[in-house]
Amino acid sequence: MNGPHDLGGQMGFGLVAPEKDEPYFHDEWEKRALGLTLSCGAFGAWTIDESRHARENIPPADYLSTSYYEIWMRALEVLLDRHGFATAAEIDVGHKQTAGAVPKRVLKADMVANVLARGGPCDRPVERAARFAVGEKVRTKNFNPQTHTRLPRYARAKNGVVEAVQGSFVFPDDNAHGKGENPQWVYTVVFDGREIWGEGADPSLTVSIDAWESYLEPL
Amino acid sequence: MQARVKALETVLTEKGLIDPAAIDAIVETYETKIGPRNGAHVVAKAWSDPAFAEWLKSDATEAIASLGYTGRQGEHMRAVFNTPKTHNLVVCTLCSCYPWSVLGLPPVWYKAPAYRSRAVIDPRGVLAEFGLTLPAEKKIRVWDSTAELRYLVIPERPVGTEGLSEQQLAGLVSRDAMIGTAIASAPGAGA
Repeated sequence: MNGPHDLGGQMGFGLVAPEKDEPYFHDEWEKRALGLTLSCGAFGAWTIDESRHARENIPPADYLSTSYYEIWMRALEVLLDRHGFATAAEIDVGHKQTAGAVPKRVLKADMVANVLARGGPCDRPVERAARFAVGEKVRTKNFNPQTHTRLPRYARAKNGVVEAVQGSFVFPDDNAHGKGENPQWVYTVVFDGREIWGEGADPSLTVSIDAWESYLEPL
Repeated sequence: MQARVKALETVLTEKGLIDPAAIDAIVETYETKIGPRNGAHVVAKAWSDPAFAEWLKSDATEAIASLGYTGRQGEHMRAVFNTPKTHNLVVCTLCSCYPWSVLGLPPVWYKAPAYRSRAVIDPRGVLAEFGLTLPAEKKIRVWDSTAELRYLVIPERPVGTEGLSEQQLAGLVSRDAMIGTAIASAPGAGA
């Protein structure tokens, strides 16, 4: 979707502000926000794609004026309500009101090390051969779905070259919406800076994205 | 925000859906165990062991796992090597994708709109804000992490580092050098 998250090439956000010796967390609640998000992710009720979509659905003015972990918490509340684990009313009151849904698993302290070390690999085999080969010229599709996609706006309807076939992975555009993993091939596609940014672009710049097969057409 | 997060944690704890000690364990892991020194070890080994560098180029996930660095947001790794001709810079314009298993949690600037918006259109301007000015003839390659591949930049090995141990080499590699917003430090300058 064309949400506030799709920031590549937008202007007006000012200078990057690196912080010397930046701490991992700037407030105690940020620690709990990280831990809550990972713990609730372990329920197995939603995918990383659905959680990304919940974040990009935050209205633009809110998204852009909200700190990162706050965006996470707003999205987490949506997911918990959608999947029946906790309602907004319960969070308003700060106490349990109903039993709610039962998750596939609850993350306990003694499970944390293994769960973090294992992660959530999302490579999946597909039976058909890759449609595009290294060195092939391709064009990205021009679409503006209201649903989740990982093809950034700046890289739509652009000509590029397949630089690598990266394997086959869960397709986020479907997986975010409960339509299954539907894995497909992913390619690193490299674009000349001038193809994307046009007149005045840095002539020494190339940009690449990792694109699922259905984002691409032969050129 | 503190109160809202506390309320949510209370509700979920009362329902038996979370274990507050698990949250403590997650925070402790990322505050003390998983951070940029993992990545610096990978870089130093790549600099001092050509076979490892080749392995990194062909299968970064396995090569990095051989050093014990696996897991969340590092399930699928790719290492990109700076050369005299090309400088690599990593961004996630769509959210904050970042190789947690080798660099730890991302800094605020990496997740913020200023960096995400401009890294792909004005990387030289962004690098200048980090105090890094590259020669005009050096090409810039920006990697937008739009899928589940996580990128680790392998900076160029600084001159004058012959004979340094892997551990000494790792000391020259900052987190920012492995994102591409810095280069590796000269010996004696500190990372």
